[in-house]
Amino acid sequence: MRRGTRTTLLRFAAPFAVAVVVIAAWQFLVSVNRVPPYIIPSPLLVAQTLYADRVLLLNSLGVTLGIALAALAFATLLGVATALIFVQSRWLEMSLFPYAILLQVTPIVSIAPLIIIWVRDTRTALVLCAVVVAIFPIISNTTLGLRSVDRGLLDLFRLSRASRWQTLWRLRVPSALPYFFGGLRIASGLALIGAVVAEFVAGTGGQGAGLAYQILLAGIQLNIPRLFAALVLIALAGIALFAATVGLSRIALSRWHESALDAES
Amino acid sequence: MSPTGEGDAIVTLSDVAKTYDNGTQALERIDLAIRDGEFVTLVGPSGCGKSTLLHLVAGLSRPSSGRIEWWGGPFDETGGPGRRIGLVFQSPTLMPWASVAANVRLPLDLAHVARPDANAAAAQALARVGLAAASARLPRQLSGGMRMRASIARALVTNPDLLLMDEPFGALDEFTRQRLESELLELWSAQRVTVVFVTHSIQEAVFLSTRVVVMGAHPGRILDAMSVDEPYPRSDPFRLSPTFAALAQQVSACVAKASADALPDSAPARADVTRRKR
Repeated sequence: MRRGTRTTLLRFAAPFAVAVVVIAAWQFLVSVNRVPPYIIPSPLLVAQTLYADRVLLLNSLGVTLGIALAALAFATLLGVATALIFVQSRWLEMSLFPYAILLQVTPIVSIAPLIIIWVRDTRTALVLCAVVVAIFPIISNTTLGLRSVDRGLLDLFRLSRASRWQTLWRLRVPSALPYFFGGLRIASGLALIGAVVAEFVAGTGGQGAGLAYQILLAGIQLNIPRLFAALVLIALAGIALFAATVGLSRIALSRWHESALDAES
Repeated sequence: MSPTGEGDAIVTLSDVAKTYDNGTQALERIDLAIRDGEFVTLVGPSGCGKSTLLHLVAGLSRPSSGRIEWWGGPFDETGGPGRRIGLVFQSPTLMPWASVAANVRLPLDLAHVARPDANAAAAQALARVGLAAASARLPRQLSGGMRMRASIARALVTNPDLLLMDEPFGALDEFTRQRLESELLELWSAQRVTVVFVTHSIQEAVFLSTRVVVMGAHPGRILDAMSVDEPYPRSDPFRLSPTFAALAQQVSACVAKASADALPDSAPARADVTRRKR
């Protein structure tokens, strides 16, 4: 038990220590060598900029995060629906799966301009781009999970004359959950990347300016501290998204663990 | 109950053969009748098609030729044989996300039995295998033997007339295995269920059965059948008796003779099979 607590402590303390060391070294090197802030700003300056420009940056963060979350939601919905269709019919899967792969291997930078031209509403276009990037791991993982069913249980369901719906709902869906959450975890990062890349391509400013636009603008204006501040926010947003999906998967799958605890106490 | 197997035929296989799509002939000319109240064991080396035979009897696959009748009719017309046949696999195959009770209740849930009735039946089945206290637990919290008990409870929950078991105790340690064998015999005589039991252990076959069906491989076929006339309840001293040794010897000799007979022409036959597989 003590060993377990220590491991948990280590899991948070060790990366934190690495961060402290790296940031301290960065601050030290920048100050000692007098590196100008338009090349590499010191961490302190980045933090100051983050605070000074907080309204602008947090607004942009909200825009980007909104796009990423909407994309993740659509990718999940569409991806799961696609996987459910795939698993119902082999020939549907065989005829459509290559196109899902096509979607995955085509760089989003190269199709984003087209999507932005075709879709009138910019925000919708950005969400669509991020969906294209994020959907594949959900489709492929969920399909794999829906098919990774214990052969014996499948035989038992057949022997019990289970309907297609019963087999899907009582056997395939629960079996697929761990796979689905693995896909969701990957998709959460991809949705954010997709949102940022699409913003870069679209270059939307003004009211709907996301973090990518702030980075673009800061780069042109040589406002490197703000560029770094925006980068920090993107990274933090990515970590938060990832942590949220991990938490979600814990909640969904720990019912197996929790009921375990109940039985033993 | 008549241990000699004089009851009505529950399942009749006439001239049944099974060839897989890849050309492997798994079973050849099988004639077998399972009678009411029997405990029939199919014993033989691996590759003799005993599991394939069990799948055919469960209606999970169809014979390539020949006829199988369940209660004198085809599989689909016997009034839902899914509920009259219980199946136990080599591994417990429980759903890891569901409690033991929910796992045992599954066949009833699939048949849309009302929840209170299903719960009562599941509790009863769990009590029969001595797992009443574990019903709220998850499969991963049980030992191997307890999981197998849960699996047996699930097969019994519909009160089946025929219980099919595919090497159910193969993965268990010797002590657990012998205990479960004795418990199975108690269940069998208390429930008046007919059992078809697949195993590769000659000792297990002789200890459990009213009738031992010896199978040979390449292709899978029935070599011999012998009845075990030892009265029930059988207990551990039976395992040490001369009768037991003589019967085990007889089964073993039967398998050995079949492999010796098959030896001269078995090598090319096997090569043939591998070629077709590729």
